[in-house]
Amino acid sequence: MLLAEHITVKFGAFTAVDNVSLQVAPGELLGLAGTNGAGKSTLFAAIAGQMPLDAGRIVFDGVDISRQAVNKRAAHGLARTFQVPREFASLSVLDNLLAAAPNEKSETMLAAWVFRRAAARREKTWVAHADGVLDLLNLSHLRDLPAGGLSGGQKKLLELARIMMREPKVVLLDEPFAGVNPVLIGEIIKVLRTLSAKGIALVVVEHHLQALKSLVSRLVVMDQGRILAQGKPADVLDSEAVKAAYMGGAV
Amino acid sequence: MDAYLVSIGIVVLIYALLAIGLNLQYGETGLINFGHVAFFAIGAYASALLSLKGVPLWLSFPAAAALAALAAVPLGMAALRLREDYLAIVTLGFSETTRLVIQQEEWLTRGVQGLPGVPALFASAGTGARNWLQLGALVCAVLLAVMATRLLQKSAFGRLLRAIRDNEPAVAALGKDPAGYKIRVFMLGAALAGIAGAFYAHFVTFITPEQFVPLVTFYVWMSIILGGVGSLRGALLGTLVLVVFLEGSRFLRDLVPGIAEAQMAHIRLGVVGLALILCMLYRPQGMFGKRVP
Repeated sequence: MLLAEHITVKFGAFTAVDNVSLQVAPGELLGLAGTNGAGKSTLFAAIAGQMPLDAGRIVFDGVDISRQAVNKRAAHGLARTFQVPREFASLSVLDNLLAAAPNEKSETMLAAWVFRRAAARREKTWVAHADGVLDLLNLSHLRDLPAGGLSGGQKKLLELARIMMREPKVVLLDEPFAGVNPVLIGEIIKVLRTLSAKGIALVVVEHHLQALKSLVSRLVVMDQGRILAQGKPADVLDSEAVKAAYMGGAV
Repeated sequence: MDAYLVSIGIVVLIYALLAIGLNLQYGETGLINFGHVAFFAIGAYASALLSLKGVPLWLSFPAAAALAALAAVPLGMAALRLREDYLAIVTLGFSETTRLVIQQEEWLTRGVQGLPGVPALFASAGTGARNWLQLGALVCAVLLAVMATRLLQKSAFGRLLRAIRDNEPAVAALGKDPAGYKIRVFMLGAALAGIAGAFYAHFVTFITPEQFVPLVTFYVWMSIILGGVGSLRGALLGTLVLVVFLEGSRFLRDLVPGIAEAQMAHIRLGVVGLALILCMLYRPQGMFGKRVP
């Protein structure tokens, strides 16, 4: 599904990601962990297209996307969330979802001025779809509120909701649990499992190893730009190298 | 006095067209365009030159809009990929460059001497009736622009523009191309400015490069800031307040003794500046703007 081969990203003389290869299968729940500065966020940005590669290539669904712009990759089904949620603050929660819908046909001046009936028909379908997603994520009560007023955890759920308006094949999640209260963490985990069950592959970057352990089926730990260990979460967390990297075994 | 009021009305409505365009660009989409006057100038010169060559006005007006919109394309392609503060600098530079090109290309524009004898809109009507007709045509144009903007605001297109304004990287991450939408809005605002320019040229009937200085752009900015960024009603009301003040304060000179016309011009600008500062301090959302949470 997603194949990153020999990825290298440099900032001047500093190599942030050093010859890292990663493979994600459909429906897989993959965790990507590491200490601060391990290179996981950079690797993430490189896969999503926000950071140019210095070496290596990225193949997504059989297509080499190494040089594609962010929006092209996303349009092909490679979605991502952000560490600091990027909600459309002045739009209502519902409008946040509708803006995410693959409804480019209606997002033209012609549809706004001339073909309004067809646009209204499509809008109706998407509103129904959005209501379904909001229901699933327990966000229905916030539907008509401006997204800027939501709590941090709710904004993270909103980002997931926006992604669910599309049909992604792979979702990259950047610290989905950071700054989220325990109740909402459970909520988010539930949603992630639902997505995974639908065959959507998830790559989760997370500081917190214990949270990852219960969620993912495979764990990759990065350190100083390289992959330190990978495999079943329990085995990886047990490995001496990982314990050493995480300050002498305080995992 | 009647004729004077009609003239003020015409100027208000021309500025209203400019403000509607800038409100689309900045208020809805977040594009910082400091070169709005360039498209105003391109529209004015395009329609004036065409009509002087014998092209009828019903053709020269759309041509003015189309040329202004086209001029926005290369600028947009170069600048919209930049961060927004760079867009501000590039557009400001573009507007000054446009003015200097108009000033230097004397074979076409007669340079600083300007273009006299531009055919007036509704020239066949008498002088008095003509201005009323122009006012009527402008009212129609502004109403059309308002309706078109309202429809855009309510559409999926408008929603995406606001999404881009709120968070552009998120729009890209959702598989949509912000640059494409931004260029289209840039062109649309430029086309409106081009139409405004055509109305202006065929109203004053004598245009020179000096009429298209950056101050015009900033008058439009002042209008939408006073009125409330992102609010169409605010843009229109802000324009009304600003132009009526700028024009009306001419009479204040008669009340305040010992001030020359040139000094009064500076005092006027000073007062507008003070009003803007007070507005920012006590009502930053303008008269009609909404506060973003």
